Amino acid sequence: MRGAPRTFTIFVGLYLVFLYAPVLLLPIFAFNDSAIIAFPLRGFTLDWFIGLASETTLIVSVQNSLLVAIVAAVLSTCLGVLASRASARFDYPGKKPIMSFLMLPLVLPEIIVGVSLLIVLVQLGVSLNVWTVILGHVLICMPFSIAILLSAFNNMDRNLEEASLDLGANRRETFFKIILPLVMPGIISSLLISFTISLDEFIIAFFLTGTDTTLPVYIWSQLRFPSKLPGVMALGFIMLILSLILLTAGEYFRKKSARLASTETTLNKDADHG
Amino acid sequence: MAKSTESPMVEINAVSKSFGDVRAVDGVDAVIREGEFFSLLGPSGCGKTTLLRLISGFEHPDDGHIVIAGQNMDQVEPNHRPTNLVFQSYAIFPHLNVEENVAYGLKRNGVSKDEIAEQVNEMLTLVDLSGYNKRPAYALSGGQRQRVALARALIMKPKVLLLDEPLSALDRKLREQMQIELRGLQRTVGITFILVTHDQEEALTMSDRIAVMFDGNIAQLATPQELYSRPKTRRIASFIGVMNFVEGTLRKVTAKTLEVEAGPFGKVTMAPDQMPAPLEPGAVTVGIRPEMLTVLFSAKEKAEIEVTGVITNTAYFGDMTYYSVQIDGIDEDVTVSMRNTAGRRVLAVGEETRIGLGRESLIILS
Ligand SMILES: Nc1ncnc2c1ncn2[C@@H]1O[C@H](COP(=O)(O)OP(=O)(O)O)[C@@H](O)[C@H]1O
Ligand SMILES: [Mg+2]
Repeated sequence: MRGAPRTFTIFVGLYLVFLYAPVLLLPIFAFNDSAIIAFPLRGFTLDWFIGLASETTLIVSVQNSLLVAIVAAVLSTCLGVLASRASARFDYPGKKPIMSFLMLPLVLPEIIVGVSLLIVLVQLGVSLNVWTVILGHVLICMPFSIAILLSAFNNMDRNLEEASLDLGANRRETFFKIILPLVMPGIISSLLISFTISLDEFIIAFFLTGTDTTLPVYIWSQLRFPSKLPGVMALGFIMLILSLILLTAGEYFRKKSARLASTETTLNKDADHG
Repeated sequence: MAKSTESPMVEINAVSKSFGDVRAVDGVDAVIREGEFFSLLGPSGCGKTTLLRLISGFEHPDDGHIVIAGQNMDQVEPNHRPTNLVFQSYAIFPHLNVEENVAYGLKRNGVSKDEIAEQVNEMLTLVDLSGYNKRPAYALSGGQRQRVALARALIMKPKVLLLDEPLSALDRKLREQMQIELRGLQRTVGITFILVTHDQEEALTMSDRIAVMFDGNIAQLATPQELYSRPKTRRIASFIGVMNFVEGTLRKVTAKTLEVEAGPFGKVTMAPDQMPAPLEPGAVTVGIRPEMLTVLFSAKEKAEIEVTGVITNTAYFGDMTYYSVQIDGIDEDVTVSMRNTAGRRVLAVGEETRIGLGRESLIILS
């Protein structure tokens, strides 16, 4: 019995080292004054960050990535709102299988999604560009959007909607004045998380990108040139920080959405005597 | 019956509603009059909420029709009905403050800003919440939420206000205070109120008329006094207050009298109105309320009908004492309530006593 917690501690320790040690190397070498990625460290420099600004292909790929991530996040959230609202509020034949299908990309290997989309698009004669990447990204972001939004819609007290109708509002007004504001934290959370997923997605982008490279594809292409490695490290560091900020904000809004809904549900429990 | 008139406001005609196999409302007929305080009283699950939702338009009847203020509601959506509903959960919009909640229904009627502000303040005063305009919804207590829900509905000036167990979430003291306030409010505004409750005391103290519901049906629709003194069935009688039951036999029914053998009370002749629901001669239940039974303390005290029993339990409430009395020929102990007037002593468990009653206080039930 005494041994168990200790083994467990060691296991957790090793796990954390393997998970985060490589990530810690990013900032270390991003600021290291040497073109070679190796210890010992030579000195502090910001040159790698400054150098990034003059890489035109990098700047184009950042623009592509931002476009893809923004459009994919908006589309996936809009579609997520429709699917979640329908599923939370209405019963229709085949609801369960349809929802499972929408969630499927969550467990489907991305390489399969990427390859099959590529084959279909090529067969249809569609040329590959940012829009084909957006298509692929909407597909993989949707399950996340739906998971977040479904809980936001399900947490909303149905009586609030009915109260609005009862007070003379029609369905459209009710949606915009009551439902939307109440699920807004969920929507923002879905936007942020989809944006983050799309921004650093590589496999699907790699298959569908054509000549409009996205940032992760650009990074991959740079790995062949050892002299570019410190610059990639600097870029990776920037993306890491950006992702952390976005995910934290996304989580904040997801929790806020759960809180907003729960003030109502606790009251319902009090009231549910009769 | 302050402003209640005889003209019908809500007519429920043979309305039924099922959810899958559950017949939540099963062929209900009722007429609710203009300006009356009407209660739907019944145990949990008997279909009260469903009937209220049928009236407000959130459910559609499988069969039958609902007519409000002379207009058939078959094709009318909730937002176009002259009704407003106070939800059991109050359904206060959590992202709006008190003022915005109350004004919600007015905004689309093209009412001017000043007019809205004036009406909102008027309503908040009416429900005793003046000055709470900017208070956010999450900062309201249960009682305040209830008042906001009331104000939000009343500002619409509905023909009928529907209230689904509006007091059940409040603690006892606040509930009793709100019962009085709600009744007063109804008299002030003169709107027809339909209140759903599972609390018989609440229904008795507040209503002009009460419909008692069991299993999706209205078992009896009557005034509180009638319901209490002339319940039609044993089930209604035991749901409204406390009633003692004696197995008996109805011997003879004539136009002027009823002859009953009422167990230990012996052979009794009663008036026809002591049998609220017409019954054929045969086995019946005879009922009597605890306050209609009297403990005869001394030999001098006499009653029309007298029996002897043994005290098995006493419950002392200060103003009242409740006795359980075991009487030969009655299966369950009989409950007797006595007012503790000056000089009257409280009997001890095990004492033998005489119990008296008048024959006009008995009723015959199915
Ligand atoms: N939306 C619904 N779906 C399925 N069954 C329901 C629904 N609403 C009510 N019921 C059922 O109908 C019956 C009556 O419910 P309700 O009207 O809520 O009763 P009450 O308000 O008197 O407690 C109950 O058995 C309940 O389970
Ligand atoms: Mg109910």
